[in-house]
Amino acid sequence: MSIADSRLQFERPIADFDERIARLEAGAEGSPEAREQVRALRRQRNELVRQVYENLEPWETVQVARHPERPKTSDYIDLVFDDFVELHGDRFFGDDRAIRTGFAKLDEQRVMVVGHEKGNDYKQRIACNYGSAHPEGYRKAMAKMRLAAKYGVPIICLIDTPGAFPGIGAEERGQATVIAENMFEMSRLATPIVCIVIGEGGSGGALGIGVGDRVAMLEHSYYSVISPEGCAGILWKSGAYAEQAAKALRFTSKDLPDFGVVDDVIAEPLGGAHRDHHQMAASMHQYLVRAFRTLLRQPIDELLEARYEKFRQMGKYLERLEEEETATTAGQ
Amino acid sequence: METTNESASATSSETTPKFRPKRGVPEGLWRRCPGCRQTIFRKEAERQLGVCPECDYHWYVSARDRISQLLDEGTFEERFTELRPIDPLGFADRKAYAERLKEEQARTGLIDAAITGTGMIRARRVAFGVTDSAFIMGSMGSVVGEKLARLIELATEQQLPLIIVSGSGGGARMHEGILSLMQMAKVSAALARYHEAKGLFISVLTNPTMGGVAASFASLGDIILAEPKALIGFAGPRVIKAAMRIELPKGFQTSEFLLEHGFIDRVVRRRDLKSEIARLIDYCGM
Repeated sequence: MSIADSRLQFERPIADFDERIARLEAGAEGSPEAREQVRALRRQRNELVRQVYENLEPWETVQVARHPERPKTSDYIDLVFDDFVELHGDRFFGDDRAIRTGFAKLDEQRVMVVGHEKGNDYKQRIACNYGSAHPEGYRKAMAKMRLAAKYGVPIICLIDTPGAFPGIGAEERGQATVIAENMFEMSRLATPIVCIVIGEGGSGGALGIGVGDRVAMLEHSYYSVISPEGCAGILWKSGAYAEQAAKALRFTSKDLPDFGVVDDVIAEPLGGAHRDHHQMAASMHQYLVRAFRTLLRQPIDELLEARYEKFRQMGKYLERLEEEETATTAGQ
Repeated sequence: METTNESASATSSETTPKFRPKRGVPEGLWRRCPGCRQTIFRKEAERQLGVCPECDYHWYVSARDRISQLLDEGTFEERFTELRPIDPLGFADRKAYAERLKEEQARTGLIDAAITGTGMIRARRVAFGVTDSAFIMGSMGSVVGEKLARLIELATEQQLPLIIVSGSGGGARMHEGILSLMQMAKVSAALARYHEAKGLFISVLTNPTMGGVAASFASLGDIILAEPKALIGFAGPRVIKAAMRIELPKGFQTSEFLLEHGFIDRVVRRRDLKSEIARLIDYCGM
């Protein structure tokens, strides 16, 4: 882990601490004073980790969200659910490995899991295009969500993509159309849907599986209209301004609940989800169980009405009443 | 009602910087066609609804001109003009968004990138919306999303056919961050309800229709029409070129490309749009 961690600039002091602790431990040989020293250092180190992670800059959050050892959809499938039965077919063109779909059990509850997959090693990452899905991926996702709704199975969408794939084939097979159709259909799908941004919530590619009754995000994930690099390239005319763009876009879990876009933020283990997959999975499990306890009790009409209203309220603007010449803030 | 002195200028994606006309600045008697580079007598092009008489290139037309081209004279009643954009993020790139909004409003005479209302198309009453690519690339922020959502709900309540003409090169507006992205979901959800109420949505794609606009309402028409040679797609050509490191095929992401791949129903020339829309409304019996 320390090798990967050292790639992140802001993690260097933590890595230095870990090295010191490891050296001391190796030399301690059971002496009580040395053991006490190690314990004290550990406490200091944990305090440092807490401070670093509580005060991440938006650009640093992006680095954490993209951390190669951050748990992926496949990890959550293993750690949160049981009896996963993967279903592959989009019935149209091909099997996109950038989105995985299948039935699973959340404790005793049957669910449909739909999630972007980034892959855990180089080979997998290539196979799934680093989590950038093609139209067939979004079609597969929608086909399986439809299947779930038919049998009253609730849906969990795990969002983790830098964005929908930008390529010739993707355009030829209707990238814009499939994302639009997914939002259109998900807004009326008669089964509870919970969406969680687990890493990168990249624009339309995220929203293509992002319409639900609850939208949550992990503490160090981000959810944005455009990647910071893309935004910098267009508005600052250079990708080198990604750090500024990251700040300007206000896409971290500190901002998004205030915009009425994200309902809940799921806390990550000390120092980020990549440090403790099991604890992260346990928190997600707990969140999902609690969310479905409420959602599954709601009559479907009410659920759909609330889902519509939830998205209907999004947006900030002024509404000027012509007669009164007064201005009030409307919307969320 | 506000008017715009917007001249028939092309969008930046279609012109080389050398010939790029200053948008919003009144031009002289002549202008250079971005399609064939010929110098065209402006009055003649205007007679042709902003289509080059030499090469049939469909020039940019403003939202106001679009309304007068498609709706019966004097029938348009603008709605939802009370909606004003704000700067919810306190966003600033090289320029503050609040400042940018003021400048765009002054330059285009528009409040934001969309105009919505009701009117008649050959005596058929319709709900009508249009986005103007001159206003921050026609991008969709909270006001565009809210105007369109209200328009769709109005069409649902009054059982009107819905026509939306898209001219949005900018997709979801970056300056309003995640709130712009969510407009895609909001408008799509409103269209889903309209669909359940058996509404007829005719989506008209014009140059350019990209990103979050293409990936929401513009692609959700019961019938989708496009003007010839419009640039339409999800990812911008430059983004794809950079990501794939290859030359893009000729005609990639044009109306004709989309027709060939089955994503639109008809490519319709500007002068035929009005009658085609009227005819389609009749076929669907609305």
